[in-house]
Amino acid sequence: MKRYSVFAIAREALSHHQGWERAWKSPLPKASYDAVIIGAGGHGLATAYYLGKNHGIRNVAILEKGWLGGGNTGRNTTIIRSNYLQDPSAALYEKARSLYETLSQELNYNIMFSPRGLLMLAQTHHEVRGYLRTVHANNLQGVSTKWITPERVKQLVPIINIDGPRYPILGALYQARGGTARHDAVAWGYARACSDMGMDIIQQCEVTGVRSENGQVTGVETSKGYIGTKKLGIVVAGHSGQVADMAGFRLPVESMALQALVSEPIKPCMDVVVMANTVHGYMSQSDKGEMVIGGGTDGFNNYTQRGSFHHIEETLRALVETFPMISRLKMLRQWGGIVDMTGDRSPIISKTPLGNCFINCGWGTGGFKAIPGSGWAMADLMARGEPGPLAAEFDMWRFREGRFIDESVAAGVAH
Amino acid sequence: MSTRLKSGGRLIDRSAPLDFTFNGKRLRGCAGDTLASALLANDQMLLGRSFKYHRPRGLVASGAEEPNALVNLGQGARLEPNQRTTTTELFDGLEARSQNHWPSLDFDVGVVNNYAARLLPGGFYYKTFIHPRAAWKHFFEPIIRHSAGLGSAPKDRDADRYEQAYAFCDLLIVGGGVAGLQAALVAGRAGARVWLVEQTAHWGGRAPVDGDVVGGMPAADWVEAAVLELSAMDNVTLRLRCMAAGSYDHGYVLLDEKLADHTPGDGRPRHRLWRMRVGKILAATGAIERPLSFAGNDIPGVMLAGAVRDYAVNWAVSPGDRTVVVTNNDDAYRTAIVLKEAGLEVAAVIDARNIANGPLPERARALGIRVETGRAIARVKGGKRVEAVEICQQAGEGAASTTLSCDAVAMSGGWSPVVHLWSHCGGKLIWDESEAMFRPDATRPPLHADGTAMVLCAGAANGALRQAVADADAQVKIALQALGFEAESEEVPAHDVADESALEPVWIMPQGAGIALRSKMWLDFQNDVKVSDVQLAAREGYESVEHTKRYTTLGMATDQGKLSNINGLAVLADSLNAQIPQVGTTTFRPPYTPVPLGALAGEARGEIFQPLRKTPMHDWHQQNGAYFEPVGHWRRPYCFQRPGETPEQAVHREVKNTREALGLLDASTLGKIIVKGPDAGRFLDMLYTGVMSTLPIGKCRYGLMCNEQGFLSDDGVVARIDADTWLCHTTSGGADRIHAWMEDWLQCEWWDWQVFTANVTEQYAQVAVVGPNARKLLESLGGMDVSKEALPFMHWADGTLGGFACRVYRISFSGELSYEIAVPASQGAAFWALLHKAGAAFGAMPYGTEALHVMRAEKGFIMIGDETDGTIIPQDLGLDWAISKKKPDYLGKRGQERSFLANPDRWKLVGFETLDGSVIEDGAYIPEHGVNANNQRRVQGRVTSTYHSPTLGRGIAMGLLRQGPARMGEVVEFTRMDGGVTPARVVDPVFFDKDGEKQNV
Repeated sequence: MKRYSVFAIAREALSHHQGWERAWKSPLPKASYDAVIIGAGGHGLATAYYLGKNHGIRNVAILEKGWLGGGNTGRNTTIIRSNYLQDPSAALYEKARSLYETLSQELNYNIMFSPRGLLMLAQTHHEVRGYLRTVHANNLQGVSTKWITPERVKQLVPIINIDGPRYPILGALYQARGGTARHDAVAWGYARACSDMGMDIIQQCEVTGVRSENGQVTGVETSKGYIGTKKLGIVVAGHSGQVADMAGFRLPVESMALQALVSEPIKPCMDVVVMANTVHGYMSQSDKGEMVIGGGTDGFNNYTQRGSFHHIEETLRALVETFPMISRLKMLRQWGGIVDMTGDRSPIISKTPLGNCFINCGWGTGGFKAIPGSGWAMADLMARGEPGPLAAEFDMWRFREGRFIDESVAAGVAH
Repeated sequence: MSTRLKSGGRLIDRSAPLDFTFNGKRLRGCAGDTLASALLANDQMLLGRSFKYHRPRGLVASGAEEPNALVNLGQGARLEPNQRTTTTELFDGLEARSQNHWPSLDFDVGVVNNYAARLLPGGFYYKTFIHPRAAWKHFFEPIIRHSAGLGSAPKDRDADRYEQAYAFCDLLIVGGGVAGLQAALVAGRAGARVWLVEQTAHWGGRAPVDGDVVGGMPAADWVEAAVLELSAMDNVTLRLRCMAAGSYDHGYVLLDEKLADHTPGDGRPRHRLWRMRVGKILAATGAIERPLSFAGNDIPGVMLAGAVRDYAVNWAVSPGDRTVVVTNNDDAYRTAIVLKEAGLEVAAVIDARNIANGPLPERARALGIRVETGRAIARVKGGKRVEAVEICQQAGEGAASTTLSCDAVAMSGGWSPVVHLWSHCGGKLIWDESEAMFRPDATRPPLHADGTAMVLCAGAANGALRQAVADADAQVKIALQALGFEAESEEVPAHDVADESALEPVWIMPQGAGIALRSKMWLDFQNDVKVSDVQLAAREGYESVEHTKRYTTLGMATDQGKLSNINGLAVLADSLNAQIPQVGTTTFRPPYTPVPLGALAGEARGEIFQPLRKTPMHDWHQQNGAYFEPVGHWRRPYCFQRPGETPEQAVHREVKNTREALGLLDASTLGKIIVKGPDAGRFLDMLYTGVMSTLPIGKCRYGLMCNEQGFLSDDGVVARIDADTWLCHTTSGGADRIHAWMEDWLQCEWWDWQVFTANVTEQYAQVAVVGPNARKLLESLGGMDVSKEALPFMHWADGTLGGFACRVYRISFSGELSYEIAVPASQGAAFWALLHKAGAAFGAMPYGTEALHVMRAEKGFIMIGDETDGTIIPQDLGLDWAISKKKPDYLGKRGQERSFLANPDRWKLVGFETLDGSVIEDGAYIPEHGVNANNQRRVQGRVTSTYHSPTLGRGIAMGLLRQGPARMGEVVEFTRMDGGVTPARVVDPVFFDKDGEKQNV
């Protein structure tokens, strides 16, 4: 693999950039692999990457129905944070956040992780108490967050209206090392590294069936033929229920569309990420200058990756009220991504009823921020056949036992 | 230079001059101008800078597809960044400033990016700025952020307002060109409810510009007659300046109508957002011309041929004195002819095709215009303005044979149908070889709820670039038939246009251009994406059209690829040796053109941002020092501050006074839901963990509600009103949720149970009269018997007090002698006033929610939302007594039996007393020794409610502790934000009047 650097760019510039090699290869599938991962989104690619890097398993194929990174990895609002309330979540998301810190260097691909700081606004006394609880919990979990005053909020976000007539801002939960990253680049960076390790990323390859013998997975049927495997990882987000069905088990997951939009680009006016859960909306400004805005999920289950209007309206009301200056900016584009939601709004990283078949799903609205940690934990599970401490609490049987990891306490709706 | 022609201009009124400024320079246009045409008329060709390389940018187009000519419009509270000059109507006093440059438009430091362009190919930032790690956030990213972005960030609150409206119709026709008008005529005559919307300020679209003849008359005359006829139809609504932004599932359409953009400050809402539900959408949205990719095609002065024609015909503006037309089709010859006939010089028509002998080329030749076939532009010369073009063979590699001096280039690569509304909701496209364009595939339309086509396209939008009227007539009849209307059989007006011979797809000019030329061929003018960038992306494996888009930012600019997408994917297909339809398009997403966020938010701002629920006593509270807090959409007094008091002091006073004398609480927000019917008792027995069916008439019972998982979700007192009626009190924040929850079960699961529910929360005002003097006050009012014997604790009775008909509940959330009195909402304010007047003698004071919280905590009563957080079961809170052991089932019972919830090690409710009397911090945890497998500090409990108790004069708290009730007397440590700990003793959660003597008197 040719390393990327400013010197490499200068060198290639001499030949008008005719000499760059492919970021990832486009191979035909082999007859069988040591491990097959379904889904070349961020989580699938990260799983493959850490299988190779941490566990030395490199005879791996990652199968993708469409184009890599084309699902929620390429549709989210790029927020990275780990200020979760429950211990298992805080551990997993903080692992991810800390891996993000050095991911550009590790992958030799600039994923533009920008720890620009993240605020969750408190606009009711109840919310204040909730976030104070989160700060206490985070301190014990090794997640660095603090409670800040409305005046400090205004300093960090000059465009904010802290004394709105309806929900004045009473303070905020602040994670200074939260922020954003370039979402596509995360998938591309992992893909390039996986390909470099000799793994096969096979795009336009739809899985149509899962084969097993004596309760053990043996391979998958695909649109490019049968592919044998010793281990199978299902990492397909919105379509998890359908693939699990092929593998012969059901998941406690519902899929629905999460709405997002961007404004036209303007010069920098907001450096931090702001989430306002009482009024339902969150916003950051991308490096390109667009205000990146997210809201909620549609109120019904569906698989259409389309924008709908009703949540957009609610979200924009909230944000125009919170940031009055955005009123004259314009919505450039809106879209939807299909999120898979579990009963406790926490993910599943788990063994399954089928032997050597593992699943990673249920990230709901919070998947992007978790990608490195999710891949790390899933690779560990696939390699050893048993979950490590990061994944231990996230098994799919917790619902049967009532062992919820409920984040709605702290996060309201939005992640 | 560009200038205003001496005559002509079908849209302008030369007798009405308008003054405006551009970068502070005073300029003059006239009524009917767009900002773009007025700027061109003043020879202002340089209008902005591109996103990445800060290259000089001028007008390319004349409509919504314009990528370059964006300005900061207006100032202060009316500043609008990225405003498209081509769609901005000129008005007197308009102020515009160009964007994305420093220090000035003419001299922009950012242009160094242009000189370094070779170091900054598509996706370069993924390959660099990696080391050192901290440099990205602190050095590179800030530079990129300041270099990027376009318009200025507004600073002020928007001076304008926006409104939203709803509408319904059978047929929404989008686009007021001849196709849309013909469709509207047919549909209107057939009696359908029709809306016809047009995004510009004029009807007619391109036909009048192109000199089409419709129905035997000039297109402009036919348009006028059609609008006249449509205006007379009651069933037809016509809207100009109204853009269909997006189509959504089930016939939902969003329309953005510009009301006062051209008359700012006239008092009207600036935009009106229409939210429509329609039977069918007919998209007569026309087509957009494609640029040609030749080196230097981004230099100001290079424009679309159709746009050059628009400026000349509509606004009498010539983009240049001497124009070169470059094309691969016949249509662009119309531009050459228009310019020639306006007395301007056309240096040549450069036609990439080897043969051009249709009627239009022949007419051009007859006018003396030089036509060069088989030729191409090798490169455009010039910096901030076109100076000349070098001509070469299209089939060659770009060796220039001639240089033609000129100051404008009109280019045409063919036309692409505007298929956005078709595609937003899943309509599929097919590749049309003959016109080299994607057009709607009528066999795969977006579907309506009934499975039929939701959108039909008509005219140029449907690929009928020349017979638009006939196509519209046919399409609208299909739509009408599907909607159940019968179209009158009238003759379709003839639409006479010149014959055109076939175009020849040209994606790169010249065909064999080398890398040096390809690095200067712009695809996306705003985002600076060139042919070479797309080719680089393909070479590096970003083969999906979505990868290429995202890697290079092709089509991600504010025009969303209206000009660049088709050209870009043709280049990509060529790089991949694939066919264009195999590569496909990126996804079309709403909105068609950007819509102000303010319009999407509507009127919901400031005080009316959300509905504000006020109790009947709200005004009194406001006049008496209430410090409000939001509770759902309600606002409740947190406390009533007296002059000089802090909120803490006020709460302290309110608690003391209530405990010692008399407190009055506005409890009107408390949820009140009537549950009635033969199966009401059975229903409530399922809803609550306790038994409500056996509650005697006249009595009250405390109840808990859980969700299916078993987690506690609400609590409140239930009163049995009569044989088949119960009144359920819920928490203030929970009333609507619980009512919906009840209806969910009744409508979806137990639909055969005979139960009705009614949320009567707002029908009653309710006052809690609390404290040792409570009975004295009520007795002083006169009326019903409120004695201990007549109205014992946990009973209710109807009667009158002080002349007010009321219902009195003997319930207590404070531990004091307490009556909750409900009167009709309309009587609430008067009753409240009476209580205060009569209560003065007994020491009555109002108290707020915080005093309520403190007093309930002193008594160890739980509060939903404090002691519960969605993970708590009643058993955790020692509420086993409120759970029936006899009932076979209730909602949550099965959930609570699961192993994790039945685990005896669960954290359970206890009280905490700090050793030093201080107050435990909100949200504090009780750590344990050691760490878990993830290196997190182990914890064994946490605080749920923590207050300073004015009654006890010390800090008290409730909280959850592992096996808590078995650990009474033990001292545990709570975390503090400063890193220290607060030691506290585990005690009973009832801190005050443990035997309940005060409330039972």
